[in-house]
Amino acid sequence: MEKPFVYADNAATTNVSDNALNAMLPYLKEQYGNPSSIYTLGMDAAKAVLNARRQVAEALGAARPSEIFFTSGGSEADNLAIKSAAEFGAKNGKRHIITTNIEHHAVLHTCEHLEKHGFEVTYLPADEDGIVSAQQVENAIREDTAIVSVMAINNEIGSILPIEEIGEVCKKKGVLFHTDAVQAIGQLHFDLKNMNIDMLSISGHKFHSPKGVGALYVRTGTPLESLIHGGAQERGKRAGTENVAGIVAMGVAITDAVSGIDERNIRLAKMRNRLIDNILAAIPYSRLNGGRECRSSGNVNISFRGIEGESLILALDIRGIAASSGSACTSGSIDPSHVLTAIGLNEELAKGSLRLTLGDGNTDEDIDYILEVLPETIKRLRSMSPMWQRICREEGIPDYTVQ
Amino acid sequence: MAKKRVLAAMSGGVDSSAAVKLLLDEGYEVAGATMHLYNNEDIGIREKTCCSLNDVEDARLVALKLGIDFHVFNFSDEFKSCVMDNFVDTYLAGGTPNPCIECNKHLKFGSFLDRAKLLGFDFIATGHYVTSHFDEASGRWLLKRSADRSKDQSYVLYGMTQEQLAHTLFPVGAMNKPEIRAIAEENGLINAHKRDSQDICFIPDGDYASFITERAGEQPEGDIVLSDDTVLGRHKGLIHYTIGQRRGVGVSYSEPLFVTAKDMASNRLIMGNAEQVCSKRLTAGDVNYITIDKLTSPLRCTAQTRYHQKDVPCTIYPTGENTAEVEFDVPHKAVSKGQSVVFYDGEYVIGGGTIEDSAR
Repeated sequence: MEKPFVYADNAATTNVSDNALNAMLPYLKEQYGNPSSIYTLGMDAAKAVLNARRQVAEALGAARPSEIFFTSGGSEADNLAIKSAAEFGAKNGKRHIITTNIEHHAVLHTCEHLEKHGFEVTYLPADEDGIVSAQQVENAIREDTAIVSVMAINNEIGSILPIEEIGEVCKKKGVLFHTDAVQAIGQLHFDLKNMNIDMLSISGHKFHSPKGVGALYVRTGTPLESLIHGGAQERGKRAGTENVAGIVAMGVAITDAVSGIDERNIRLAKMRNRLIDNILAAIPYSRLNGGRECRSSGNVNISFRGIEGESLILALDIRGIAASSGSACTSGSIDPSHVLTAIGLNEELAKGSLRLTLGDGNTDEDIDYILEVLPETIKRLRSMSPMWQRICREEGIPDYTVQ
Repeated sequence: MAKKRVLAAMSGGVDSSAAVKLLLDEGYEVAGATMHLYNNEDIGIREKTCCSLNDVEDARLVALKLGIDFHVFNFSDEFKSCVMDNFVDTYLAGGTPNPCIECNKHLKFGSFLDRAKLLGFDFIATGHYVTSHFDEASGRWLLKRSADRSKDQSYVLYGMTQEQLAHTLFPVGAMNKPEIRAIAEENGLINAHKRDSQDICFIPDGDYASFITERAGEQPEGDIVLSDDTVLGRHKGLIHYTIGQRRGVGVSYSEPLFVTAKDMASNRLIMGNAEQVCSKRLTAGDVNYITIDKLTSPLRCTAQTRYHQKDVPCTIYPTGENTAEVEFDVPHKAVSKGQSVVFYDGEYVIGGGTIEDSAR
């Protein structure tokens, strides 16, 4: 019998779709021109990049394709947006940045870097559901605020933040607004020409294009300063020969991603709810992290007492389930999640978390399999966990793992 | 029969890399794992990255070359609480800690072994220079010094329980360092840039005093005295000195003087002559035995009170549940609180404990 494999880590990355792959392949072999070359092969590549730019702009409801700047991915887009805004802000004496304490490291570490260079950063605290309100943003805006950066959907607990309202507040106050929408493509409807979002980051591999391609949307009229200097690609704002094949793939993939948002959300939410309800019912001393409302349709994040996340992930891997816990550390191990700590979890619960993120490839059979494997895995790990035994002893909990 | 599964603790260095190769040759199914024990910023390295990422990448590369699965386990919390904090606390209490022993006890044969069992491995393996085997006569697992005495690491493994020994393989212990190096070279497992492992991995520059003061603040200066209270000078904080130290104290006297004690209560550094720096007796706590279940009557053996030291004849006496008293045949130099005393019967480790007190 073939070993089962369930991929439940779609917030980490996704596979490349057939449409995206077929679209990109010619640009690796036959159509390998450099878009900056003036002969036909080069111009064809330039046309393909422009077409993708148009597709991305359309998918996001941007006013014009020239508002899309291709990057190497979401992290570069976040860095570009925030560092550019900081640089322009500083020229006008604005050295204050507002963000949240549940952002991705691409935003948090960029802000920390700017703090070392004389910027002051306000990290708005998310509530226990992982939400930061427009009111919080409004209260934090100052005369010298250069940019507000608030993510659209949190990558760990799937909370959907009120970016439309936050955008309105920023517009009212005349402050630039950036959102990291890396997790939101194919989940939320964007109509950027009618939304008060000045900059928005996306990452191709989160919606079935290859890794190594992303984009920053920059509303016309918003100043943008280069992060990477060199040639005049991307209208002089992002040097480096374009990742033509990746860009072409992303154009196709984002078109597919936004064409079925409502159907996707209904399908994923059904599977998600089945997972949440059954896990909480079947496994004692488990809790859902983040709220049920305003939650991304594919996100499940549950903490188990007496469990150590890294062990759980490895144990699930043995059973053919790919999931995550905390934030992936560069070494290939797992660091406790700053997001779970930010929404009020203690260290034990933050370390004992499991994130399952569903995507287009998941089926009801996948959910059946997870629900079959997870309770027994948790039970087995608890039966071997000194932490669980201590909890039972100290809190007088009968240990159900003992026969 | 299914192959036995072994999880090798890999540092990326020569010994653990060769250990994996030896296990594969013996027919085991092997996977490797590196422990992520600290972040650079925790140990004063400014770069904000995980642990010593280079070491992890070295280990990953070796695993790739040998074609085995590879994991990284994040044990930084355990390492901080069990090893680094303990290191600072012991120093502040006037002792001389041995963090490698704590790491072996809590991390390698604690968290790492637990994780391996949980993942269904039959054994773990390390690159330690020791050997172990099951002794039918006594019904116990025994730990023996390495064939290469100059590399022997039995001193830091005396705390191993029977359960831990039963699940641990030491593939390199039966060989000597040149043989191991040759195996690593033949298989392209040598990392040219690899430094020799440090005394204390989390203090790469060796400046343990700075490590402590960064965490516990500057330590107060005080008097340097002889045992009769004669004041010889001023010390710059007791953590800067170790028992048995002769040079660098900054006092002169008619005969060579050694640090004999640190009086934490009065913050005085006590000096004495060659005779006064030797101890006839010591008491050990947290004692673990390997060859025997427990000590019930006095036992003649040899003992070692430092890592690289020749063992000397002594008698050990049972004093309590996990305590013992050691009486040296000849007064023994520089017995330091916090270090370990390890008992040997020839090449075999009888057991050992933490030095709690000593007396002339």
